[in-house]
Amino acid sequence: MTNDPSMPLANDAPLGSGSESAIEPERYEFRAPAVHHFGLQRRDFFKFLGAGVLVVCALKQVAAAQESGAPPPGGLGFGPPLPKEISAWLHVGENGVTVYTGKVEIGQNIRTSLAQAVAEELRYPVGKVELTMGDTQLTPYDMGTFGSRTTPTMNLQLRKVAAAAREQLIALAATKWNVDAQKLKAVNGRVEVAGTKRSIAYGELVAAQQLTAVIPADDPLIPPAQWTVEGKSISKVDGRDFVTGKHRYPSDQTLPGMLYGKILRPPSFGATLVSINAPSFDLADNVTFVRDGDFAGVAAATEAAATRALNALQAKWNEQPQISNSDLFAYLKGNSVDAKGFEGAQKYETGSVDKDLAAADRQLHQTYTVSYIQHAPLEPRAALAQWSGNMLTVWTGTQRPFAVRTEVAQATRVPEEQVRVLMPDMGAAYGGKHTGECAVEAARLARAANAPVKLVWTREEEFTWAYFRPAGVIDVAGGIRNDGALAAWDYTNYNSGAAGIRTFYEVPSQRIVFQPTRYPLRQGSYRALAATANHFARESFMDELAHAANMDPLAFRLKNLKNDRLRAVFAAAAEKFGWNRAKPAPGHGFGIAGGFEKGGNVATCVEAAVDRESGFVKIARVVVAFECGAIVNPENLKNQIVGANIMGIGGALFEKINFAGGRILNAQFSKYRVPRFSDVPPIDVVLLDRKDIPPAGAGETPIVGLAPAIGNAIFQATGKRLRSLPMIPNGLNSA
Amino acid sequence: MANVIKLHVNGGVQVVSTDPRASLLSVLRDQLDLTGTKYGCGEAQCGACTVLIDGHPRRSCITPVGTAAGRQITTIEGLEQHGKLHPVQEAFLTEEAMQCAYCTSGMIMTAVAFLKSNPSPTEEEIAHAMEGNICRCGTYPRIVAAIQRASHQGTQS
Ligand code: FES
Ligand code: FES
Repeated sequence: MTNDPSMPLANDAPLGSGSESAIEPERYEFRAPAVHHFGLQRRDFFKFLGAGVLVVCALKQVAAAQESGAPPPGGLGFGPPLPKEISAWLHVGENGVTVYTGKVEIGQNIRTSLAQAVAEELRYPVGKVELTMGDTQLTPYDMGTFGSRTTPTMNLQLRKVAAAAREQLIALAATKWNVDAQKLKAVNGRVEVAGTKRSIAYGELVAAQQLTAVIPADDPLIPPAQWTVEGKSISKVDGRDFVTGKHRYPSDQTLPGMLYGKILRPPSFGATLVSINAPSFDLADNVTFVRDGDFAGVAAATEAAATRALNALQAKWNEQPQISNSDLFAYLKGNSVDAKGFEGAQKYETGSVDKDLAAADRQLHQTYTVSYIQHAPLEPRAALAQWSGNMLTVWTGTQRPFAVRTEVAQATRVPEEQVRVLMPDMGAAYGGKHTGECAVEAARLARAANAPVKLVWTREEEFTWAYFRPAGVIDVAGGIRNDGALAAWDYTNYNSGAAGIRTFYEVPSQRIVFQPTRYPLRQGSYRALAATANHFARESFMDELAHAANMDPLAFRLKNLKNDRLRAVFAAAAEKFGWNRAKPAPGHGFGIAGGFEKGGNVATCVEAAVDRESGFVKIARVVVAFECGAIVNPENLKNQIVGANIMGIGGALFEKINFAGGRILNAQFSKYRVPRFSDVPPIDVVLLDRKDIPPAGAGETPIVGLAPAIGNAIFQATGKRLRSLPMIPNGLNSA
Repeated sequence: MANVIKLHVNGGVQVVSTDPRASLLSVLRDQLDLTGTKYGCGEAQCGACTVLIDGHPRRSCITPVGTAAGRQITTIEGLEQHGKLHPVQEAFLTEEAMQCAYCTSGMIMTAVAFLKSNPSPTEEEIAHAMEGNICRCGTYPRIVAAIQRASHQGTQS
């Protein structure tokens, strides 16, 4: 297919090549400011870390080469200034190995997979690699943990850093023993003379050393085919802390003298505070009351006292008229925003769409819709803030600690250097915790109270005041020739987003538009972003076209698909599922769908069983074939794929935010249904390992094939075509 | 309002001063620093706050602390005995039955109680017993596998 580089659509890298641009050109990933310069000097590092070997990964290769020079043979430079833009570093000290990265652990298991990368290259026990993550004071700047970027970027960088450290340790031993470095081997935390009993532990080797190395981006690495630690399944490095309840999540943090915060929320979105009356509070409760513009909140000695104080506030609000979800889709279609540049419409066009559509043997026009849904991570937003003088420390759950530092500094009007944000491994996010609302609120209360304040959002707050996955309307028109070849494709997505919007099928004439609109609810990132919506529309529509062409849905896709990696996952999923062999039982249907996003290729087959009378739909089984380059940790990859598909069941079938008058009507788990044990079908995962392609992330893309595959299966079972996500919030009979 | 309440937690006795209507969850977390028990919803919908009271699984978010006075309370912190994990904890580790693991305490506590009442359950029985516990990360199949593993171990030993 042709690619016009001037068209800034989300996946305009050559499809199937595995390449993608470094920054997601995606409006719903919150964008970050420029990289900060990092001010630590060599001396500071060793003062802080102790003697040893320090290897830093420089973001800018040129600068790194200039500033470090080539390391002298047999040892490292002693005096080169460190580069300013660092992405990670590793320290081998007398007491162990520590790695520092701004990435954070949110359940995607990177604390383990990154430790694995380091262990592999460093030849060191994986369980002994200490990772310090997402601490704005101790780790290098990082834009954030999202967009499935950790595996393609940080994993590679840490492998390089660890490989360099290994070489330096070998060089140190060579000097010490006065033997040829070629004869030395690094094995399990020791350097040994190959074929002899002579060996020395890393810790002993680095005693009293202060060596630094700077690694640019392209050092040789162990090729995936020779991996011994990576590519294997390793259990979660700190698993024991989780099964014993010892791990401290953001909401579990405490400090002596800590107060509990509560925030006064407006009755509806957009309401402004007119006046507020705070009664006098019980002295024993130690209540602090803060009003600052539209912000009002309290802090007190116990959570119960804070809640009492909050309930005692008498506030008057000025409310704005708001639309409700029954008007949503008409609203989105009727409120296009025409802006210039990144905020405006994005369009890709090739061939003559109108002409080819009109001339096609068959044409089809359909509209698909996608509702607002909530991430609802099981741990809601939480923060603990502590001021000491003008210095602020905040422990909080976020995917972007550095961005939260900026947000908190701006909100509290102190310089960023005076704010430290720490991110204890948290109770998940799925794209929903890019922001720092809770951290800002806790910081504001803590300053007024002159004491540390902890704030944990209630489930209802999380459902109401966090942001949502954008709703959208998608119009598609397609034309096919009698032989089943696609002739024209006309596709417009209103509001939901541009991720995964481009078609990977061969179509000579295409017009693909992302049209931003005004929107009623706060919206932001979500696992896989709009790729879920765009795959739902595209792959449902492809199914409709296949039926219109009287062709098997898989055969129809393959006829219009050249991309080898996608063909391979379609073939693998179909084979495992028995697409061409088995026929569905009465009341059952088969559906297939697939796609490409963020370096990953997925194909999903679903068997749905429908009870005609009750309309009850059961997903009988799912097969997912996935390929994202070389596999780093197969067990963890499967865990991510299965998890994404189970989460996807909710958005596909029943998850939906209901709202009216600026209020969320189902801000509770009792009213917002999420997938539970009994919703889970058998899920078979087929992994394709491409050792010749660098690994891409896998936390997101496996979700995109599920919804259209379910819809296509329901259609085959019942003849009913479902074009709205969620498809059956109230059962099939009322869909 | 505050009363002095005696709680038997994980084999020890704790005396707390609290409103007896306060949730057991808040007392465990805020007063006794037993933060392994989690808040997920506050309305008995997610199971993250599950503890055992006299061996029965209870949602501590809706349990007034006063009603737990004098009973045997077991939290996730109390399962490990003399450095040895409970078979259900072991099984969760072996099966990697967690991603963010925020649901894990509640899952394990519910499973421990369930296996006592049904030592060799089928997959369907497990799913049914665990239906009230949410794992937003979708690790359900691994949790089922872990509970099955623990149950087999239980019958073997
Ligand atoms: S917090 Fe108690 S059941 Fe959810
Ligand atoms: S592992 Fe994250 S909620 Fe269960």
